[in-house]
Amino acid sequence: MPSPRYWREIPQRYRLEANKCKKCGKIFFPPRLICCECRGQAFEKIRLSDEGKIITFTVIRVAPQQFATQTPYVVAIVETKDEVRLTTQVADCKPEDVEIGKKVRLVFRKIQEEGKTGILCYGYKAVLV
Amino acid sequence: MVGIIGYGSYVPRYRIKAEEIAKQWGMDPDAIKRGLLLKEKTVPGIDEDTITISVEAGKNALKRAEIDPQEIGAVYIGSESHPYAVKPSGTVVAEALGIVPEVHIADYEFACKAGTEAMFVCYSQVKAEVIKYGLAIGADTSQGAPGDALEYSASAGGSAFIFGKEKVVAEIVETYSYTTDTPDFWRREGAFYPRHSGRFTGEPAYFKHVIGAGKGILEKTGLKPDDFAYAVFHMPNGKFPLTAGKKLGFTKEQLEPGWIVPLMGNTYSGSSPTGFSATLDVAKQGELILLVSFGSGAGSDAFVFKVTDRIDEVRDKAIKVKELLENDRIYLNYGQYAKFREKIIMNE
Repeated sequence: MPSPRYWREIPQRYRLEANKCKKCGKIFFPPRLICCECRGQAFEKIRLSDEGKIITFTVIRVAPQQFATQTPYVVAIVETKDEVRLTTQVADCKPEDVEIGKKVRLVFRKIQEEGKTGILCYGYKAVLV
Repeated sequence: MVGIIGYGSYVPRYRIKAEEIAKQWGMDPDAIKRGLLLKEKTVPGIDEDTITISVEAGKNALKRAEIDPQEIGAVYIGSESHPYAVKPSGTVVAEALGIVPEVHIADYEFACKAGTEAMFVCYSQVKAEVIKYGLAIGADTSQGAPGDALEYSASAGGSAFIFGKEKVVAEIVETYSYTTDTPDFWRREGAFYPRHSGRFTGEPAYFKHVIGAGKGILEKTGLKPDDFAYAVFHMPNGKFPLTAGKKLGFTKEQLEPGWIVPLMGNTYSGSSPTGFSATLDVAKQGELILLVSFGSGAGSDAFVFKVTDRIDEVRDKAIKVKELLENDRIYLNYGQYAKFREKIIMNE
């Protein structure tokens, strides 16, 4: 993850900031500039709930290099209480603990490091509750 | 009235038992458990560090304080395991908690008492009316060299405290600090593990400063040990705080709620603050709590807190320390622990 892109995405990665269309109420995460439902361009900034459930998931057994020491790990699509879906790693669990429909909470974790001397990239992960 | 208006803690789910470490180094597990009074310790996940622990503890403190994070004027984080050598942990934590940009941020370091330093400065800033609210955090992912006595205790976790003048949960009655130049434990620039001078860490270091600060604040306030409902002393192992408490005239019952070290280990800057957080979880209106930290190098900060009636309103708004320590534990073997703590040299 290159540093400038990581920096630009801090509001959504750190604080789950989304935007809600002022015209039709649809929530976008990550935020968008134009509403794909009603073409509205006025949005209200909101923070998503950190509570949600697992919609579906997969187990990663062959990972990119920066995640290689974490295998096997789970990546899931989580739906928050605001009915917004996001893709996230599920931490602190074995793959066999994860099931569709299980409740999760989104927590703040280190996602990856830009090598041994680069910046540390933080964001959200889910944990089973 | 200046004091704590919200508090919260966070402890990782991973644990390693003292016997698992003892087995690795050919030591007698019962002798270790008896000598240090440690059963197990917390271990940070591979994706956890002082910053992530601080954010989660800060979220819990905000749940109890029920304030707009934008009104917090200072974020101070005390730790000896800040993930960056240059770049404050506080910048990431304040951004994640929605406190930026009008905020003063600093990281503190004073071995195991960096957390209470952050608390002391936040309290002073609020008292001086420089800021409305201040967030102080003590958190660590403590390091202990493989095979060293510290490996049985060095653990992970932290606690956050928001200071203010309104809606106070625990008023600060008095503070007192006691500091000298004592080389009992240190880590040189670039060194991965800290070093210590064995038994020298006891009498001339821990006991001299903890008892010095304890006696000092009792004299300053005119209070006696039996005026207090609870007392919390820094917990490098199970024995030291019990001995210090006894020498100052406190009973084991007064120390019990905050004596979390047998299950948590020594969380360095997060140790006495988390013991204090666990004590607030059970304290009642009007009760006095003594908190004495210790940081090698060496010094102690002492605080006398008086609990207000608001404690009953906020207590259940966030997870309690006992729940964090006893629920959802995941036990690691030594190999997994070595991987998690990056004690194994890997290829790039």
